Amino acid sequence: MKLTLNIWRQASEADKGAMHTYDLDNVSPDMSFLEMLDVLNEELNASGEEPIAFDSDCREGICGMCGLMINGEPHGPEVTTTCQLHMRSFKDGDEITIEPWRSSAFPVVKDLCVDRSSFDRIIQQGGYISVNTGSAPEAHSIQVPKEAADRAFDVATCIGCGACVAACPNGSASLFMGAKITHLGELPQGQAERDTRVVNMVGQHDHEGFGGCTNIGECTAACPKEIPLDVISQLNRDLRMAMKHGH
Amino acid sequence: MAPARLGQRYGSFVATPTLVKGSRSTRSTIALKLLMAVTGLIFIGYVLLHMYGNLKAFSGHDAFNEYAHHLRTFGEPMLPHEGLLWIIRVVLLVSVILHVYAAVMLWRRAQKARTVKYVVKKHTGAIFASRLMRWGGVTLLLFVIWHLLNFTVGKVNVKTGETGDAAGDPFNLLVDSFDTWWLTLIYLVAMAMLGAHLHHGIWSAAQTLGFAGNAQARWFWRKVAFTTALVITVGFALVPVSVLVGIIEK
Amino acid sequence: MTNDMPDTTLAADPSPDAPGDATDDAVGYYTPGDPIRDTKAPEGPIAERWQTRKFEARLVNPANRRKLSVIIVGTGLAGASAAATLGEAGYEVKSFCYQDSPRRAHSIAAQGGINAAKNYKEDGDSVHRLFYDTVKGGDYRSRESNVYRLAEVSTNIIDQCVAQGVPFAREYGGLLDNRSFGGVQVSRTFYARGQTGQQLLIGAYQALERQVAAGTVTTYTRHEMLELIVVDGKARGIIARDMVTGEVQTHLADVVVLASGGYGNVFYLSTNAMGCNVTATWRAHRKGAYMANPCYTQIHPTCIPVSGSHQSKLTLMSESLRNDGRIWVPKKKADCAKDPREIPEEDRDYYLERIYPSFGNLVPRDIASRAAKYQCDDGRGVGPEVDGVRRGVYLDFADAIARLGRDAVEEKYGNLFDMYARITGEDPYSLPMRIYPAVHYVMGGLWVDYDLQSTIPGLFVTGEANFSDHGANRLGASALMQGLADGYFVLPHTIRDYLADGPFEKLAADHPAVLEAEQSVKSRIDHFMTVGGSRSVDSYHRELGHIMWEYCGMERSEDGLKKAIDLIRTLKDDFYRNVKVLGTADSLNQSLEKAGRVADFFELGELMCIDALNRRESCGGHFRAESQTEDGEALRHDDQFAYVAAWEFGGDDEQPILHKEDLVYTAIEMKQRSYK
Repeated sequence: MKLTLNIWRQASEADKGAMHTYDLDNVSPDMSFLEMLDVLNEELNASGEEPIAFDSDCREGICGMCGLMINGEPHGPEVTTTCQLHMRSFKDGDEITIEPWRSSAFPVVKDLCVDRSSFDRIIQQGGYISVNTGSAPEAHSIQVPKEAADRAFDVATCIGCGACVAACPNGSASLFMGAKITHLGELPQGQAERDTRVVNMVGQHDHEGFGGCTNIGECTAACPKEIPLDVISQLNRDLRMAMKHGH
Repeated sequence: MAPARLGQRYGSFVATPTLVKGSRSTRSTIALKLLMAVTGLIFIGYVLLHMYGNLKAFSGHDAFNEYAHHLRTFGEPMLPHEGLLWIIRVVLLVSVILHVYAAVMLWRRAQKARTVKYVVKKHTGAIFASRLMRWGGVTLLLFVIWHLLNFTVGKVNVKTGETGDAAGDPFNLLVDSFDTWWLTLIYLVAMAMLGAHLHHGIWSAAQTLGFAGNAQARWFWRKVAFTTALVITVGFALVPVSVLVGIIEK
Repeated sequence: MTNDMPDTTLAADPSPDAPGDATDDAVGYYTPGDPIRDTKAPEGPIAERWQTRKFEARLVNPANRRKLSVIIVGTGLAGASAAATLGEAGYEVKSFCYQDSPRRAHSIAAQGGINAAKNYKEDGDSVHRLFYDTVKGGDYRSRESNVYRLAEVSTNIIDQCVAQGVPFAREYGGLLDNRSFGGVQVSRTFYARGQTGQQLLIGAYQALERQVAAGTVTTYTRHEMLELIVVDGKARGIIARDMVTGEVQTHLADVVVLASGGYGNVFYLSTNAMGCNVTATWRAHRKGAYMANPCYTQIHPTCIPVSGSHQSKLTLMSESLRNDGRIWVPKKKADCAKDPREIPEEDRDYYLERIYPSFGNLVPRDIASRAAKYQCDDGRGVGPEVDGVRRGVYLDFADAIARLGRDAVEEKYGNLFDMYARITGEDPYSLPMRIYPAVHYVMGGLWVDYDLQSTIPGLFVTGEANFSDHGANRLGASALMQGLADGYFVLPHTIRDYLADGPFEKLAADHPAVLEAEQSVKSRIDHFMTVGGSRSVDSYHRELGHIMWEYCGMERSEDGLKKAIDLIRTLKDDFYRNVKVLGTADSLNQSLEKAGRVADFFELGELMCIDALNRRESCGGHFRAESQTEDGEALRHDDQFAYVAAWEFGGDDEQPILHKEDLVYTAIEMKQRSYK
């Protein structure tokens, strides 16, 4: 099939950037979206135009490195990552607009690549259980009800891609944070640091320039791992409890 | 997020520019949201009472005016004349200031959080009401100001042109006002806006207060929000519509 | 000790046609060197060696630790866990990764699980049995003391991960669940649905980020190591390129750890991430670190088949699928294009169940892979024709769904089924899956001793980047175990023995060795930016991958390997003269990054072929056409090849030098495997 692609090009963070239009022919429906861009890049390279920079690594939907705004939806029209989106979701003659994640906390590095190190810093502020190597008790000394373990797993599947932020009209990272708060909060191991964790992570979130959540729900619709909106409620509850405990 | 840090970011690209120290729960965006949720719930309580009072109009001229009078003498002699009314007014005024303050703060944050807009953006997963909150809120605020001028502070009778006490007793002022088609229209539009605001707002408050932490609770609060919003909108719309079509008359 | 071993292993048959003297096909391609051996593993009973070594390794005074600096390249399980642990201990750690966050490392994609000798199922598992299974699985080509230690510390890993909050699967009683995995007869695999690697990596990543906040670890993301700095024979730092600004930076330290993963991408199409590369280890190899057993690659049998020439990578589905799925192809070639549901039971060939009745669909990976290749080469493959051949076999869950119910199958494999449906557009609940083998893991890597130290003092290598634990083949669910064992529990103990010599003399940034390393990186970059050729980097990579897969893949032969070496040399020559890299060197430039990686893949690919040529035996994950039994099974030659081939870099356009480490087994008896 034949496509018209409107793609954001920006040489560096300092550069202003603009949309460029490219025509691409002979796209197979079995290609992944990124393979389609690979093909475009081969053509650009051949014609002497610098290929488009975009991030991807595992290309199997788990590392969270890829992430493009495709026709106004993070990761495109399917509930999956950009690398797992296939061209069979589009049809011949389609016009596709491709933009980077737009968030002040995710500055554009080049073209479609953004810097998501703000997520790492949120994790640094408590997205862990403090246990030094070697100091762990025997694994079976901790029993975790299956429902709690299952829920912890469900929300721990977050891949840190940033689609929630990209989708949110407020540019909030609450879904990302809520997933980690809920994952660790569901487990007995996570209780000791529960109050400080939520306060410090939220403090960093606000410091990074993410917006505040107004519970709109576009984040959860964009999440390739279908993290539910109730993790944000859990996040809010944890913060309220921390407030009650004087943190 | 100081501009200097952004500028230097890639000079020596280390993923640890600044970690904020000494975060406080009370100074977070979530605290602002909690403020919005709590003040919003106060309004909902008030609006329900207000609606109950309005519906008294179906009982006729005397019952309605007696109710309006009773509000002023409620609690006497423990409270001074109009004491309860003033307490309510103060609570509402403080609430509206805090609610608007939190909204403005979050709005400004949202503006700064995305300075470059998308060329194409869809709103998958969002109910329409949720996207109406900010401008809807502004509309409601303007309406409330007019509404107070209309019925409380200025008392303007658009039909007779009289103002203040000359505008008539509460029941007559109400009937005269809603006999005017355009005033009823403004009122109905405002109520639709209120309904939308509550449809998202009630759900959002439950979510913010942490009551929607699982799938069932989320479903429950979605329903509560929708039902409450519908009841309030219809409840408020009944009186003006009834006046306009002649069910309620002087 | 060996009495209670499963009777599936038969004593080796001395093969009648095994030549007394090694017929070395690689003569003329390499220079023989002196033997090499590990000097760090203590003598004595195998079960006591690690305890002894931990005791004998010198300690570093806590007050001195912050004066000692460690560079760790890579943030996968082996790198992140080591960085976190060394940070906790108080060393000054610098952690590098080419991705935008440490959490993206490709360990994240491991699906199946992690082995540990917990024996929670009371089904006869033990440290010794895990050790035995691993050595046997590696076809007796791994070093026994390293493997024993791996099995020993495996139990600590589970404790550590559970304490970190890794959400392993649990039973209704709230205790951890286990499953049997990859042809092993005990249930010792811990798992988190089909995303075990992700959960373990996030655990290690979080521990790492905790140390970043504590100030002991500094992370350098979007940085790629391009050269090792060696001063007076010791590793003292790296040259890295900031991939955003293009700045070529010097980072000095007292010790360097490479945890940079495997080099499966030499095959272009593999299950590795797009960025996985050999550059960090290859640069170290060129500086004197020996590369061991580079030809040992693992081909994974359950990948999603190639759909066309645009394919950029292959996707693996967890081997656990073979627990319940049945593999078959049509008996008649005429049926291959048919809807599989219309092929009656009697016309289906469940070939693994037929040939290997006792293990059936759970035979080891290499056997399953090769069997699939044979069916397809025989014209009985299924799926779309790519270049005239149908490369795929069915993996059918119809029986499992009938037996267990759709819900139970969904609970176990739901996310894998979803992934398959997304990629192929077919519904695996109603239509059998199609699978084909793909390169998945490399057992080869930099040679290390018992301390995980390479032949360059001060250069340690962990995880998939080293060669030590898996021999010629790796058991399922053992890669995660090795990565975390190395990073959490082994390296932190062994590295202190080296660091105890510190504080080290401070190295000047303008030391000639540093400047030389920096200059060589810059001139390489300059070369790629100024060649001005006409072919893209990817097109060279794809062609190299094709050569490797064709001649150094599942089945190798002398003629094929020699042909491959010629092809690689010609292609490499053309690459340096005709590659086209646009853009600039001082900005994010993905073509430039790839050019450097592909250049190193050329050199590695050649060495892999030479190593495969030298090893004229079929063992573990690879099959030499010249070494098979009468009925076509792999034939190992312990009399000639029971050694680790450790290759020394001989210089550009010079032959590599082969050092052999003899493999001696004291705690286990070498047996020829048979899964029939």
